[in-house]
Amino acid sequence: MGDPMRIRAQAKDDKATVRVLMSHEMESGQRKDASGNIVPAWHIQDVKASLNGKEVFSCEWGPAVSKNPFLQFVVKGAKAGDKLSVTWTDNKGDTRTDEATVS
Amino acid sequence: MRMKHSVAAVAALALLGSAGAALAQKTSIEAIEEYREMLQDGNPADLFEMKGEELWTKARGPKNASLDKCDLGKGPGVVKGAFVELPRYFADTGKVQDLESRLVTCMSTLQGIQPDEVIKASWGKGERANTTALATWVASQSKGMAFNLPQSHTQERTMYEVGKRLFFKRGGAHDFACASCHGEDGKRIRLQDLPRLTGNPGDGIGFAAWPAYRVSSGQMWTMQHRLNDCYRQQRFPEPDFISDATIALGVYMGVNAKGAKSAVPTIKR
Repeated sequence: MGDPMRIRAQAKDDKATVRVLMSHEMESGQRKDASGNIVPAWHIQDVKASLNGKEVFSCEWGPAVSKNPFLQFVVKGAKAGDKLSVTWTDNKGDTRTDEATVS
Repeated sequence: MRMKHSVAAVAALALLGSAGAALAQKTSIEAIEEYREMLQDGNPADLFEMKGEELWTKARGPKNASLDKCDLGKGPGVVKGAFVELPRYFADTGKVQDLESRLVTCMSTLQGIQPDEVIKASWGKGERANTTALATWVASQSKGMAFNLPQSHTQERTMYEVGKRLFFKRGGAHDFACASCHGEDGKRIRLQDLPRLTGNPGDGIGFAAWPAYRVSSGQMWTMQHRLNDCYRQQRFPEPDFISDATIALGVYMGVNAKGAKSAVPTIKR
């Protein structure tokens, strides 16, 4: 279970702008440490967002995404009070789910 | 990658910035400011704030107690407004203390966590990482408030004078002082503007800008970290964590910044 994400979702007309800040080291697997050894890859691979239980957004991430990723997207048909849930899974199998209410 | 990332937009801005460098300097700075504006949304400092808040209320250490009775200068448990009045004199320890040394005091007296666990730790690890998160959260509770350090106690005034001497003292391999970089208006190192810290540099600048999240290293930097790195950059031996010298400099800068509004936690290059 990773560290908590910060999710903000603001509705305007029939769309909601969702902003997610995830806490993750996102090691690319290409860096070397002080002794010259490769720092093993440790990064988020899958991100899924659901609105009221229905999946609306998904991502497949690789080594190019930086530490503590910030994700922003727009969901159509979202209104204030809806439940938005975001789940990430990393290459070590760790996962984290957080929820927010659309305001 | 399947999704659109802000990397493309940022790369475009960076190109704009480097093209502009050949023309007026203002264009580069404007481009950098735009880039910084973009970074503001989703400042990872928020993650440290969340962690710090959790650590404040969580029962920890050998005494299995939380920090919610910690006195940061405005009474036990009063967090709002405390950051903008630090460093200040504390009767219980008989010393002038800054935010981080006061957190170490509280962690020791309330929770039984030994000060050396913080002092001897490395940045971003163990209990040092915890004090960083705590400092970020405590400081964030005074966001937007004006600095107003007390100078009513003799020790507070003495520390101001000590800080001033240290600020101007030249030494080390390059014969630098803090004043070498921060003693004049309108100076910069490469693309980094240098605020003049001998007076009030303005809202959210200098003393009013730390703790801050450093994007380039992915680290949360407190004022102690910033001072440590200043000395490192001047090729001085790095000061001990929460040493008197660092607290004195904090008093000097903090008193000079009287009236400046805190923007903490901020985001930096």
